[in-house]
Amino acid sequence: MAEFQTLTHDVLVVGAGGAGLRAAIEASAAGVKVGLVSKSLLGKAHTVMAEGGVAAALANVDDRDGWRVHFADTMRGGQYMNHPRMAELHAREAPDRVRELEAWGAVFDRTKDGRILQRNFGGHKYPRLAHVGDRTGLEMIRTLQDHGIHLGIDVHMEHTIVGLLKDGGRIAGAFAYDRERGRFKVFHAKAVVLATGGIGRAYRITSNSWEYTGDGHSLAYHAGASLKDMEFVQFHPTGMVWPPSVRGILVTEGVRGEGGVLRNKDGKRFMFEDIPENYRPQTADNEEEGWRYTQGDKNARRPPELLTRDHVARCIMREVRQGRGSPHGGVYLDIAWIKERLPRGEEHIKRKLPSMYHQFKQLAGIDITKEPMEVGPTTHYMMGGVNVDPDTQMSDVPGLFAAGECAAGLHGANRLGGNSLSDLIVFGKRAGEHAAKFAVANAAPRIDNSQVEALARRALEPFERDTSENPYQIQHELQDQMQDLAGIVRRREEMEQALDVIENLKRRAARATVKGNREFNPGWHTALDLENLLTVSEAITRAALERKESRGAHFRDDFPEKNAEEGKVNIIIRKTAGGAMSVSREPVPPMSGELKQIIEEMK
Amino acid sequence: MSTQVTFRIWRGEKGAGQLRDYTTEISSGMVVLDAVHRIQATQANDLACRWNCKAGKCGSCSAEVNGKPRLMCMTRMSDLPADKPITIEPLRAFPHLRDLVTDVSWNYDVKKKIRKYQPRKPDNPDGTWSMEQDDIDRVQEFRKCIECYLCQDVCHVLREHGLHPDFIGPRFLVYSAALEMHPADTADRLPDLKNDLGIGYCNITKCCTKVCPESIAITDNAIIPLKERVVDRYYDPIKRIFRAITGSGGD
Repeated sequence: MAEFQTLTHDVLVVGAGGAGLRAAIEASAAGVKVGLVSKSLLGKAHTVMAEGGVAAALANVDDRDGWRVHFADTMRGGQYMNHPRMAELHAREAPDRVRELEAWGAVFDRTKDGRILQRNFGGHKYPRLAHVGDRTGLEMIRTLQDHGIHLGIDVHMEHTIVGLLKDGGRIAGAFAYDRERGRFKVFHAKAVVLATGGIGRAYRITSNSWEYTGDGHSLAYHAGASLKDMEFVQFHPTGMVWPPSVRGILVTEGVRGEGGVLRNKDGKRFMFEDIPENYRPQTADNEEEGWRYTQGDKNARRPPELLTRDHVARCIMREVRQGRGSPHGGVYLDIAWIKERLPRGEEHIKRKLPSMYHQFKQLAGIDITKEPMEVGPTTHYMMGGVNVDPDTQMSDVPGLFAAGECAAGLHGANRLGGNSLSDLIVFGKRAGEHAAKFAVANAAPRIDNSQVEALARRALEPFERDTSENPYQIQHELQDQMQDLAGIVRRREEMEQALDVIENLKRRAARATVKGNREFNPGWHTALDLENLLTVSEAITRAALERKESRGAHFRDDFPEKNAEEGKVNIIIRKTAGGAMSVSREPVPPMSGELKQIIEEMK
Repeated sequence: MSTQVTFRIWRGEKGAGQLRDYTTEISSGMVVLDAVHRIQATQANDLACRWNCKAGKCGSCSAEVNGKPRLMCMTRMSDLPADKPITIEPLRAFPHLRDLVTDVSWNYDVKKKIRKYQPRKPDNPDGTWSMEQDDIDRVQEFRKCIECYLCQDVCHVLREHGLHPDFIGPRFLVYSAALEMHPADTADRLPDLKNDLGIGYCNITKCCTKVCPESIAITDNAIIPLKERVVDRYYDPIKRIFRAITGSGGD
């Protein structure tokens, strides 16, 4: 067989965003040999894009907060599709994980008495998001990176995993190429942690970077792990809509947390008109109360702009469809108006939302301290992912773990803002800890050379074909079709059409060709990413067809209401022995008595 | 509203190569990275460039656009003259790999040489520290850095004189400053800055400050205060006498 460079680690972590770095740090602290594979340069992962903050019930700003409230908020936001044990662990452990970041050098904004400041965010009852202006994700990744580089972790930057290797039923390692030279590498590992993030590049309008091609979802699926909740794709309500080249770039929810309001073209704050029943008791019914809430009045209820993302996104869609949108197909998000209320409003906006100020100034020529922004929904986050054990984060393939966005369970049908950064550190740590334990408890697996050779052969095929399919063209067509046929508003006929499109694109992807050589060739990488994008697109569409109701981020025009029976199951995707994609249903995991009682109390 | 614009993009490997012309359509609001993507998708599938966030937050798409170090994702086409070709070249202060991609691994090696954050004992029983916002404003300014390395690229100590082994460059002086000025940090990096990290090489021409996409006042707020601390410790005559007598505070 061909000779490939071979590297051996106890734990191989795939992905170097918040979850991957945190997992690598934890595994390394347990004393095992850790490798960290990063698709880009270290410190560039999508975590840097997270703006608003990290949710943790520190109760620094409002002492009524606590893990129970955070748990109940997360479950309510997720429409009770969440794994309750994951939501519990997350709410209990997030405060310690945030404090740990401070011990490693993170510099959060402060309260007047010198503690970590927390801000309001959609769906969180109390101010809960520890933050650094609107660049919290950068602070988190830099802190983890700068801490991690001193721990002896082997970092493999600009490497992409092409396939996972197995020894019988268990994981044995991974097969990769390095971008710089285009060489293949075989990673031997007793345990593999997937921390690859999301799937946003399956859609045309997205806040996600090129890396977000569903690699972990797809790798796990093809290795025999089950995926869960794939129908729940979060469309963030506020992405930029103009100019066209920036369409989809995120506008942080923090704008609304600081008092920003949504208006239609007639100047009306349309969110007041549609407040869901289960949020009515905790939502302001007039503008004055909403404003007081954003300014920290503990007796005020939150403005409807801070309802959950799924709901706000749909309200914006409604305004646009009914002809009340802004000129470029969005609605107005106005933070400039707070100058009427705050003496030094302009400075306040620049200080609390510096990235947003620069983003609009530089990319759209808009001064957000003076004029409203135009915003509309953008594909933002995948709630679904690898089906994992809530305590250990292990998938149903022994030795294969997943954490962060590519794992399912914590967020259910809709994620609350701020709960992803906390997800990364809570479950990144758990995955690293348990992957290390697994590595210590198990002997080294055997690498099957035929698997390695098959992956190498497949990966090189695009260079050898005499066809002429452009991989970029296939990717763009998939993005267009997923946006139109399996996007925010879904119906059966369109999703069936999407499945046909995906089958057709699979055939074309098998003919994708690449020019040039193997060194740093993005055409080749695009061709290799296609399989992942097509796999997750099919999984999203099949799961969305199966769920015959509207719940959280999943909205069906043909089943516009919630259905109590559908609410009792999670949709599971698996690869059958014959290679086809199977869809099944599993009961939502039951809640312990204690958790049930919390939900009752917090209703 | 679309026009045809010609781009001269550096193509080649390991320093060898040439500028090659590509003409593509430019529409309203486009940034340089959009044009590069369009060329990549339609005319040159193998055109190598780095990018991630496309929103000025990750610092991946650094290049020299019309000779100026910039983030391609934050450079609007409307800010460049459209009547002549736009040149795009890789950063010149680092070894060239392919097309617009350079080997920036030196930066990662440098960072490891800087003493990590060492906090004093926590102030509070829950393991946290009490810090006033006023006391961390400066540190937060430095921590805005997205590690795009444009400041390294433009620094003549690195770019013209190639003193990479002796001088850590503006990025890592900012990094050092963030640690040194952190109110809870206890480590002492001044001996390293003076001896191994080469702070003396900087002669404050402020080129780095001018190119910083995060508008960090690199020279004024980070480098000069660090230089002052080094001078205070090592070159203040009274302190030198004091050290000679007491034998303390040497390097």
